[in-house]
Amino acid sequence: MSGISTSRRRGSAPFDAFGSIGGVALFLLRILRQCGPALRAPRHIVAQIYNAGARSLVIVMLCGLFVGMVLGLQGYDLLARFGSESALGVAAALGLIKELGPVVTALLFAGRAGTSLTSEIGLMRATDQLTAMEMMAVDPVRRVVAPRFIGGVIAVPLLTAIFDVVGLLGAHLVGVGLMGVESGSFWSQMQSAVEMDDINEGLIKSVCFGVACSLMAVYQGYHTVPTASGVGLATTRTVVVSAVLTLILDYMLTAAFL
Amino acid sequence: MSAGNRTLEIGTGMFVLLGFAALAFLTTQLPGSGVRIGSVAGDGYTVSARFDNVGDLKVGAPVTMAGVRVGRVDSVTVDGNEFRAVVKLSIERRYDRIPTDSDAAIQTSGLLGAKYVGLSAGGSDTYLKEGGTIEFTQSALVLENLVNKLFSSIAGKSGEAKGSAEEKK
Repeated sequence: MSGISTSRRRGSAPFDAFGSIGGVALFLLRILRQCGPALRAPRHIVAQIYNAGARSLVIVMLCGLFVGMVLGLQGYDLLARFGSESALGVAAALGLIKELGPVVTALLFAGRAGTSLTSEIGLMRATDQLTAMEMMAVDPVRRVVAPRFIGGVIAVPLLTAIFDVVGLLGAHLVGVGLMGVESGSFWSQMQSAVEMDDINEGLIKSVCFGVACSLMAVYQGYHTVPTASGVGLATTRTVVVSAVLTLILDYMLTAAFL
Repeated sequence: MSAGNRTLEIGTGMFVLLGFAALAFLTTQLPGSGVRIGSVAGDGYTVSARFDNVGDLKVGAPVTMAGVRVGRVDSVTVDGNEFRAVVKLSIERRYDRIPTDSDAAIQTSGLLGAKYVGLSAGGSDTYLKEGGTIEFTQSALVLENLVNKLFSSIAGKSGEAKGSAEEKK
């Protein structure tokens, strides 16, 4: 008996996986359809930008500073082997703008804001608030989910830009201040090597990651098992799936841009 | 209630402003010309030097004498009449005894390194002042020209060898 149910469970696993992916995609479509009406009540969106963005500012700036400083150290060590220390600005800028900025910011966002979104919506689901809204003919996706999604999508690119700038300052601090790289060379080489295409690439990546992480966060919250442990599980799943999705998208977007 | 609302609005506004300021910094300051940071200590005096070829000498590159940084490159332009490059160097005020017959050479630091301007002192009693000119200059070594010279000299030698071999026959 148990043998049959095990194999049925194993056998249906791929179909369940497809089902989940389909569920996420359909949920995205539903949110997008509600984005228009949701934009007519901007104060909810502003509140969500504050929650997702302004509240993540401290962690993003702190991590940005230290990532930039590590880049300065490692970059200097590597470039010194080839006598090209003056190219530290280039290495730090391109590394941050094209890769580290978008990816690390997305991961930090998923960890800090994504979990907060998931547990908030999950709690609403577990305490039947979303059902109550439906019964009052208020679409919970329009009232609760869409503003949070839009807030996340707006916040992530802004956070990424802040991360990039703070990271550059950190690299400058370590490279020029500590390791003695020429300050003039640091900036002038960076300015001649960084192109608008690189910045566009970083921007597009951050928007895509913002969509992915916000979508995951609200999806897991909305479809959580309506118990306390279910909300906890959904929160964990948000971080894990957001991280994996971000890195997969990162590879695909990088390949697309090259 | 409204107090909390105000905090929220102010906080969001500051965050969005900060984000856009960072974006603006990235898009305007990074790709393009012009150096923001890396100024000469105590504002320097400017001298100019003309070169046949500056290689990829950039604005903001250091100017050294005996290996010690004494200033930086302020601007790199081309003279429309002479078709030579005019490089303006900003030298720190405390280094005010550089002889007028000094030599300015464009050198490379390290293997893949950046170009910089190296000054070698001359023997004159008069010193460079604001607006002065360095007469003696050495252009940058452009790798492609060197390689071309090498190839043509090898081809020349093998041509001679063939010619003398045919004579001996």
